[in-house]
Amino acid sequence: MAETYYCPHDLPRFAEMGKERPELWAKFLDYYNAVFADGALTAREKALIALGVAHAVQCPYCIDAYTQASLQNGADREQLTEAVHVACAIRGGASLVHGVQMRNVADKLGM
Amino acid sequence: MGRIPLATLQGRAHPLAISAAQIRTLAGTGVPAFDELLARHGCSPLEARTIEVLQVNVGKLCNQTCAHCHVDAGPDRREVMGRQTAEQVIELLRRNPGIPTLDITGGAPELNAQFPFLAAQATALGRRVIDRCNLSVLLLPSQRDLVGFLRDHRVEVTASLPSFRPAGTDAQRGDGVFAKSLVALRLLNEAGYGKGLVLNLVHNPVGAFLPGDQVSLERDYKRELRLRHGIVFDRLYTITNMPISRFLEHLERTGNLQRYMELLVTSFNPHAAEGVMCRTYLSVGWDGTLYDCDFNQMLDMPTNHGAPRTLAELLAQGNALPRKVVTGRHCFGCTAGAGSSCAGAVANPPVAARGGRHPG
Repeated sequence: MAETYYCPHDLPRFAEMGKERPELWAKFLDYYNAVFADGALTAREKALIALGVAHAVQCPYCIDAYTQASLQNGADREQLTEAVHVACAIRGGASLVHGVQMRNVADKLGM
Repeated sequence: MGRIPLATLQGRAHPLAISAAQIRTLAGTGVPAFDELLARHGCSPLEARTIEVLQVNVGKLCNQTCAHCHVDAGPDRREVMGRQTAEQVIELLRRNPGIPTLDITGGAPELNAQFPFLAAQATALGRRVIDRCNLSVLLLPSQRDLVGFLRDHRVEVTASLPSFRPAGTDAQRGDGVFAKSLVALRLLNEAGYGKGLVLNLVHNPVGAFLPGDQVSLERDYKRELRLRHGIVFDRLYTITNMPISRFLEHLERTGNLQRYMELLVTSFNPHAAEGVMCRTYLSVGWDGTLYDCDFNQMLDMPTNHGAPRTLAELLAQGNALPRKVVTGRHCFGCTAGAGSSCAGAVANPPVAARGGRHPG
């Protein structure tokens, strides 16, 4: 077993997930590539969204891949940083907005 | 991107100012020889069978000192083309009506005293003329009449702008260059460039990675420059940073050299190899030496394999075709991903390259 769960060398091995069920991998890859193709949003905008989501789901592989993809597609460090703050704001806001649940319970039970 | 001291390698007496040291450094990465990989992929050897573009590098003098410059150009460089060589260039065009385009580069080519002569004479011969412009040169007091000259001769302008935002542009090209570039682009727009006269922009990555998709980047550039700055242009060309000269020094200094060379090799695209510019270009140096491309020129690798090696030889012999291209490990810069040339990408990017290295 590896000494750590996350290893940078594992990222290029992602395609190994197609070994046992290649048809599922092919469907995923087709969908994935269609999602990231230029559409109403440009590749740069999609890469920045992916970077924000990568931080929200805290996937180090995705953070590595989409930092590079964002830079490659013309985003600069300021834009990358703003994307991470968007993820942070949504995560923080999601916690905070559940405070209303807390208030509902407290209102019902309290005096 | 780690900031580089804004001086030429030659001015700093840096070991990589010597082309042989650059070639040795690339060999030291252990990546395969270019021709070997070409054969492994079943690609035809690089050979020039036509000259669609005569690319003339009039010298290394420049008003900027960009971090990625493959020429090691700067204000301290003194290698510039003289009148006799410029006349040979025009004579070559006159004798070869089948060469449709003169592409003038540098340095900042407009700073060379022969620039107006070359552009005016080639235009008079009915050729398409391209000026590879760094934009800020248009604002120099000595170049007050330049935009009018370019307009009057309908010279196409291909201008460097690595980002539509200030940080990236200034990191690569020097503090304040983005603001100057916008002023220059407005001058060009006012003169009719981007509105009938051809104005193309060039994007080089601001770091040790390949350029993104050219079509997608062009959409971003067009929208951002128009909405934020009221600037219009025709086409965006993406050009991969060549691992030579000042960009090679940057790669070495920041510990990115090995990774970048491996990236170029693993991103080798056989379709891009079929469309590389050396198959259709002939490059002329400031002293009249001939090269297969501007990058070979900076590595002091002139034409070989029996082809004429100077303008004088070419004028005497009359033909440089077909010409086997001289290659080196730097050539991987033109065949990675969607490929790269002075006219941008040369192939569709492999699908996996579009969304990043790997999904995940």
